[in-house]
Amino acid sequence: MDNRTLLYEGSEWDFNHLRRVHDAIEEIAIDEMGLNVYRNQIEVITSDQMLDAYAAFGMPLMYSHWSFGKRYSREALLYRKGAQSLAYELVINSDPCVAYVIEENSMTMQTLVIAHACFGHNHFFKNNYLFRQWTDADRVLDDLAYAKRFIAECEERYGMQAVERTLDAAHALMSQGVSRYAPQRPVRSQDAVLKAESRKSHHEATYNDLWRTLPKPKQDADTEDNAEREFDAAALRLPEENLLRFLSLHAPKLKDWQREVLDIVRKTAQYFYPQQQTQLMNEGCATFVHYQIMNRLHQTGQVNEAAMLEFLHMHTAVVTQPDFDDKRFRGLNPYALGFAMMKDIQRICQSPEPEDEAWFPEIAGRGDFMGVLRDAWADFRDESFVLQFLSPHLIRKMRLFAVRDASDSPHLSVEAIHDESGYREIRHRLAQQYDLSKRDPEIEVTEADLKGNRRLVLTHRVRDGKTLSSSTCNRVLRHVANLWGYRVRLIEVDAGTGQTLNDYDAVALP
Amino acid sequence: MQVIDRRQNPKSKSLGNRQRFLRRIKSQIRKTVKDAIENRSVSDLDSGEKVSVTANEIGEPTFGFDAAQGSRNYVIPGNHDYRRGDRIRKPSGGSGSGSGGSPDGDGEDAFVFMLSRDEFLNLFFEDLQLPNLAKRKLKSVASEKWSRAGYANDGSPQRLNKYQTMRRSLARRIALKRPRLHELNRLEAEFEAAQTPTGSDDGNQSEEAKRLARLIEETRERMRAVPFLDPVDLRYNRFEQTPKPATQAVMFCLMDASASMTESLKDLAKRFFILLHLFLNRHYRSVELVFIRHTYTAAEVDEETFFHGRETGGTVVSSALEVMLRIIRERYPVQDWNIYAAQASDGHNFDHDMPRTIELLQREILDLCQYYAYIEVGEEESSYVSALWSGYAQLESHPHFARATVLDPTEIYPVFHKLFASNRQAS
Repeated sequence: MDNRTLLYEGSEWDFNHLRRVHDAIEEIAIDEMGLNVYRNQIEVITSDQMLDAYAAFGMPLMYSHWSFGKRYSREALLYRKGAQSLAYELVINSDPCVAYVIEENSMTMQTLVIAHACFGHNHFFKNNYLFRQWTDADRVLDDLAYAKRFIAECEERYGMQAVERTLDAAHALMSQGVSRYAPQRPVRSQDAVLKAESRKSHHEATYNDLWRTLPKPKQDADTEDNAEREFDAAALRLPEENLLRFLSLHAPKLKDWQREVLDIVRKTAQYFYPQQQTQLMNEGCATFVHYQIMNRLHQTGQVNEAAMLEFLHMHTAVVTQPDFDDKRFRGLNPYALGFAMMKDIQRICQSPEPEDEAWFPEIAGRGDFMGVLRDAWADFRDESFVLQFLSPHLIRKMRLFAVRDASDSPHLSVEAIHDESGYREIRHRLAQQYDLSKRDPEIEVTEADLKGNRRLVLTHRVRDGKTLSSSTCNRVLRHVANLWGYRVRLIEVDAGTGQTLNDYDAVALP
Repeated sequence: MQVIDRRQNPKSKSLGNRQRFLRRIKSQIRKTVKDAIENRSVSDLDSGEKVSVTANEIGEPTFGFDAAQGSRNYVIPGNHDYRRGDRIRKPSGGSGSGSGGSPDGDGEDAFVFMLSRDEFLNLFFEDLQLPNLAKRKLKSVASEKWSRAGYANDGSPQRLNKYQTMRRSLARRIALKRPRLHELNRLEAEFEAAQTPTGSDDGNQSEEAKRLARLIEETRERMRAVPFLDPVDLRYNRFEQTPKPATQAVMFCLMDASASMTESLKDLAKRFFILLHLFLNRHYRSVELVFIRHTYTAAEVDEETFFHGRETGGTVVSSALEVMLRIIRERYPVQDWNIYAAQASDGHNFDHDMPRTIELLQREILDLCQYYAYIEVGEEESSYVSALWSGYAQLESHPHFARATVLDPTEIYPVFHKLFASNRQAS
């Protein structure tokens, strides 16, 4: 073990210390753990600025909207009353990766934050497939700056009220403003011509005169109408799950700037979508990385015992998972579960038990746990990660159990516990719990009449009898109607039986 | 890697957002503000206010599931002794175990936040404006005055600060071990004594004298090397030009203190004075208060006596006006001060005093004042028209004069609003 000099002592920090700590951590993270990160940019801010950032989706640059003011008022009140403390850090998925640290943090906290955000989150952002697919890290900050400027200009030109109304409506549809599937690559016209030609030559090659003798199907008005409607639907690419995109492309009455505002909100929503899908892994990854790094720093004599104790104190607070009957229980703590799963992977790689050999033949005893984790961080999201890596050992350790809550029964039923018959069930259900497409209502644009009465029809496919809350549904629909400009209808259809459960209707305000 | 210090960046980045938010809930805040003036004790009107807003106004609706419908699956930690197939009675709270899947829609019934003092007052005095504000603003811009601002190393001799200079001189002399004058005197005296031939032993004497002479020479040398006052000791008073309060105002509170003014009437008057003071404070950098109470004689008193002291006697309003005029002449030259006056009374005045009162107001006071408000406080509505009310009727036409009656604390703010509404001239 190489004994190096201490990086710092005591709790005071300065910029030199930050730099030295960053370099020491970088050495461990890159050379020993094989992380691959964007360039780091650490920004020191005050607690007030942190509150500011908090209020606006955690982004440093955000367009102006009253809801951010509302959030700020709330956070500020909670913070001043001491009901809530601020996060130690905030990190933005961009290139360079921007991490904010608060000036009040002690040096150990800053070290922890640098390890956690500048290397843990940073590595995850750079390598996870969802982020690679959906976000252009080098453009994020520019896009935000553009949005801020654009909205400000709109406010000046069209009035604050008009912009606010559009933004309100767009915000209401934010979780229906993401595309869940990989973007469709546009067909190059050259390819389209080639395709048409090959189809033609195929027709010619397989031409059979006999077909001509078959009687032609009757073309009555009805089918023609249907065909036309299908044609329209195809032209609009219906059904469309991304309401914001649909509205910005096809809403007949919107002005150009309004379409742009919708696009801005849609892009913001899309930017956050990978983060929502990977919260468990992202936090788990960052927590695992900071734990590993702090321990290495301690082993190599670069931080002292006092700092280590302070770190462990904070780390423990972060990864606490209260039991379900605990007063503090707020659902599964992503830091705790993520960290526990990754520690578990390390255990399986290094000292597997027979059970692990059976469950994870590919990684059990492989030794190189960092390699396994790096692959997992790159290629999974929360849902698939749980489905792949939640081990019986961890289920037992956390004593996970599955409960079903049906609205028509006075009882909750326990459906699986940590036993042989329950492991797979629990794993499956927990994975579903992290599946965003199951968590958000599945609402699509199914019909849009652009020629006749211009009515827009949305369909909610109801699963497990979970219908929409009618009060909020009506209010959101009013927003949709205002954007669309004409009558909007929402039908709730049971996904299994196809039965219509509810029917909402909203008209646009003049 | 780079580390950037952003702490100097402007803090209140969400100020714009907050203003947008406040604008959105203005109507509700207005109500809170109105309640505040009705219910809160006057003394803490100056602080902020907690505002609670119902969620409807500021809700951000999204498509969310109805918590009472359908079935949900949860996986939760910390099983103790449940087995598969166990049934747990639902807690009667309704929303089941409240964990996992249920999205937090708008569970918040009321949204509570703090209005800062400034925001509160802004709303409080919104669309009110001081009449004739422009009058003295322009004039007072130019006035600047010199004020002390520490010490400087150089300056003109008349600004030499002797105390600071000597302090430094003394410190330097001690540090550099400059011999004191009396030490030199002592040595010289000894030398003198050694030199006077007193008898035998000449050689020894001269030896002592030589030593002393050398010592004296050294001491002198040292005193020359370390001067008593060195240029580095010198400190001069430094002055800076500071703008005089660009706008300053004095507010005269005049109140009838006779026995007919009960505590509750005084409280009404007090509320009005407080409002006026707050309001003036927002427009002027400094507002001075002068309290004048009167019975048949008037005197300037302090605030405590003004509101709580008791006196008996008749009512002669003109006495108070005379005191006010005197004070203006003595302390508040019209060219430097914006003068506001508020008079509160139950309306009584001796009949023989009315002509004098009206004359004083019309001839002198109203022209000196930016604004003269008369508040008549009463216990209940009555058809009785008081002496002052009817007497002041002829002053109505004067642009600086306004009057109103107040019967109830809840009316104070509306009345105040009426008196200072920005479109007063128009209406």
